[in-house]
Amino acid sequence: MEQAVSYTLDSTLETVDHAEEKATRIATELGFGEDEVMQISMAVREGAVNAVLHGNAYAPDKKVILAFERTSEDLVITIRDQGKGIDLSGIPNPLAPENLLKTSGRGIFLMRSFMDVVEIRPSQTGTEIKLIKHVHGASGGGKEGSQ
Amino acid sequence: MSMKLSTRQVDGVTIVDCSGRITLGEGSVMMRDTVRDLLAKGNKKIVLNLGEVNYIDSSGIGELVSAFTTTKNQGGELKLLNLTKKVHDLLQITKLYTVFDVKEDETAAVKGFK
Repeated sequence: MEQAVSYTLDSTLETVDHAEEKATRIATELGFGEDEVMQISMAVREGAVNAVLHGNAYAPDKKVILAFERTSEDLVITIRDQGKGIDLSGIPNPLAPENLLKTSGRGIFLMRSFMDVVEIRPSQTGTEIKLIKHVHGASGGGKEGSQ
Repeated sequence: MSMKLSTRQVDGVTIVDCSGRITLGEGSVMMRDTVRDLLAKGNKKIVLNLGEVNYIDSSGIGELVSAFTTTKNQGGELKLLNLTKKVHDLLQITKLYTVFDVKEDETAAVKGFK
């Protein structure tokens, strides 16, 4: 991978699969281990699902921008949509006993579980999710990022 | 690899052999339709054999939860069988491992129904 690459994608289910495939390929090329590649690809998949479904709501005129950047220490992945911005306060804790049997609401939790840092910046013109994995750091596993 | 499902009967229990990916879209829909179809036909003892499921996302996890609660709400029982490490780990971090009745042996799973 070059130092940075970005893709402009339609708001479709295929985009979710393509985003995951690109993440898998790039993470593998950068030398991440098998478990970390899976974590990165799954976090990107969940971010893409958020962008396509909850952000752009499948709108054909709205795009998803997916960018990968390799810095000296990190793989930085940015997923941006053109929706109305998600309300982070409205997302319940999926581990709370009363939420365990809910059928949705685990995407952001999984991203945070798998990446070293997760930053989510909602705005009225879209939401930007930044996913960071340290290239030489310990493998993921629950480090909490800022929002 | 897309999702594939097939069902078989063992001592009055329906085993659903699943392979591939349970993810947003086709995989999740197939899982939902299969479980609903089984329940509609009166098959209320269900085992989801996930031994060949190599990938599951948050939508797939939601579909497993939905299958579990839908079955329970209709007076049935649903168990999970042969979790791969990836699926096992996902159910652990989402705290769902103890919610589901998870079995590692098909005979024990079948005998475990009331």
